[in-house]
Amino acid sequence: MADVATTQARVVRPEPRRRSSGFWSDALWRVRHDPTTIAALVILGTLVVLALSADVLAERFFHISYSKQDLLNTYRKPSFDDAAWWLGSDRLGRSEVVRLLYGARVSLFIGVFGAAVSLVVGVSLGISAGYFRGWWDDVIVWLVSTLNSIPTLFLLIIVGLLFRLDPVSLAVFIGLLGWLGICNLSRGQTFALREREFVLAARAIGASPVRVMARHIFPNVLPLMIVVGMIDVGGIILAESALSYLGFGIQPPVPSWGNMLNGATQFLSRGPWLVYGPGIAISTTILCLYLVGDGLRDALDPRLKPSK
Amino acid sequence: MGRFVLRRLVQAVPTLFGIMLLTFLLTRVSPADPVDIMVGGVTDLTAQDREAIREAYGLNRPLPFQFIEWTWGVVRLDFGQSFFSHRPAIQLIAERIPNSLQLAVAGLLVALAIGVPLGVLAALFRGGPVDHAIRVTSVLLNAIPDFFLGLLFVLVLGVQLRWFPIGSMNVVGESCGLCWDRVWHMVGPVLLYANGGIATYPRYLRTEILEILGQDYVRTARSKGLRERAVVIGHVLRNALIPIVSLFGGILTLVVGGAVVVEQVFNWPGLGRLLFEAANNKDYPVVQAAVVIGSVLLLLSYVLRDIAYAWVDPRIKTR
Repeated sequence: MADVATTQARVVRPEPRRRSSGFWSDALWRVRHDPTTIAALVILGTLVVLALSADVLAERFFHISYSKQDLLNTYRKPSFDDAAWWLGSDRLGRSEVVRLLYGARVSLFIGVFGAAVSLVVGVSLGISAGYFRGWWDDVIVWLVSTLNSIPTLFLLIIVGLLFRLDPVSLAVFIGLLGWLGICNLSRGQTFALREREFVLAARAIGASPVRVMARHIFPNVLPLMIVVGMIDVGGIILAESALSYLGFGIQPPVPSWGNMLNGATQFLSRGPWLVYGPGIAISTTILCLYLVGDGLRDALDPRLKPSK
Repeated sequence: MGRFVLRRLVQAVPTLFGIMLLTFLLTRVSPADPVDIMVGGVTDLTAQDREAIREAYGLNRPLPFQFIEWTWGVVRLDFGQSFFSHRPAIQLIAERIPNSLQLAVAGLLVALAIGVPLGVLAALFRGGPVDHAIRVTSVLLNAIPDFFLGLLFVLVLGVQLRWFPIGSMNVVGESCGLCWDRVWHMVGPVLLYANGGIATYPRYLRTEILEILGQDYVRTARSKGLRERAVVIGHVLRNALIPIVSLFGGILTLVVGGAVVVEQVFNWPGLGRLLFEAANNKDYPVVQAAVVIGSVLLLLSYVLRDIAYAWVDPRIKTR
């Protein structure tokens, strides 16, 4: 993944002289000089703005709500006559464009919120396991290997079977199942960091374990976690849309890209355009998130950059 | 080697326990009364009938006791009867596994057949247009969700062009293990299974090969005057393919990992589709059985992977 983002950067130009600065502003400088990442960020930003303004756009521009049905005009072909039918209508005569906008809201929210949940859980469990070791580490490792052995989608299907999920609870569930990779990474990093001199020094002057973990280990784990978190948002959006596609995730009439695809498959031959919209929306979002994740990794830790 | 295998198997036991515990808890904390689900739409059910059902299925006993009982059943491969078809759940699963396995094996082979050459090409022509094209393709394939790719296949090649069937395993009325008709039906799902591998193998292999190309023994081989092809195949590829060996353990990962979505898209009656149907029918015994069996297969695939690794690279054993 990193490779795409870095191909442009391979042309070695002498870096212009600039004042040496801190870690974060250095990173910002590298991101600003990475066109792929910038492009991906711009697309993501546009999506976020569109999703946030879905209410206003639906009311002022498309003049139709996401749940307005028009049973006389089902499977209307995409046309430019009326803004509401730019992408056609679905099997209940609802405007596909407007539903896509609201779907973006659901998908992006679940992605970001779920990633936040999994970051919090994963980082705190990972760092504490790596720091304390002993029985606590054993428990965490057991938990990780157990959850790792159960296919996530299977677990999510059970969860979706038991509870009627709204976006918030779904995000929490996916987040609670998605922290394994983050935990492993931060645990590994902590193993290395806890032996370093600055940790020893902090402990020598009497810092409590919580303080050592929060003030000395966490900041060193953070850059990598930001990258993983970014890619995680993509993974969580994928999981949500797969689950909703199968019919166990977000339930209609609330639109999500996944359940719109589910609706589209009911009469595939009558409304083929209904497959393209949500599918392209999901793919574009995930692609941009991966690209941004890669760009951030290069920016935050240039040593990780493949040299070839 | 024997001791390594044994140790790895023993390590799997606590995980197995965790899988059982989690599956049991998740299906038992259900807000719905299992009796309601079991009897379906029957309305003239007296309180005594309910008690009788509870008694018969042991639902009135304390949870830990139920767990032990359930575990004992699972050990004997008895997951109870399906609420829906009233047949043993394990039997339903056993019928489906070969179908999933067929897809997974074919998918892995296709992924290797496409992914490995692409990885070699990318490494040999690094920095060139071929390398770039492979890289961009793999990034794109990674970002497109399986179900969208599958739906595109069904929509374009199935519904619109009518080149391929749009689902299930055989033409209606026909049934065979592996005949032309079956192969025709397998194209879509197998490609979808292979997609993950096609997207990821080239990248791993490329990194691996580039690392090996810088090794001293490659220079030695070249300085002996070996032809480039002999160097690449005999010295570089032989070592670069070591991590690929571990992927054979991944067959089982594929069986469960990709199963639900792929089988749903192509209406393929495998393990994943069974889970989907059972979940839709709230058929708890079958759901539990599918989750446990799926997880055990996954766990087994991890163990096999580690063993395969240790087998091709003995250094790992000493860890």
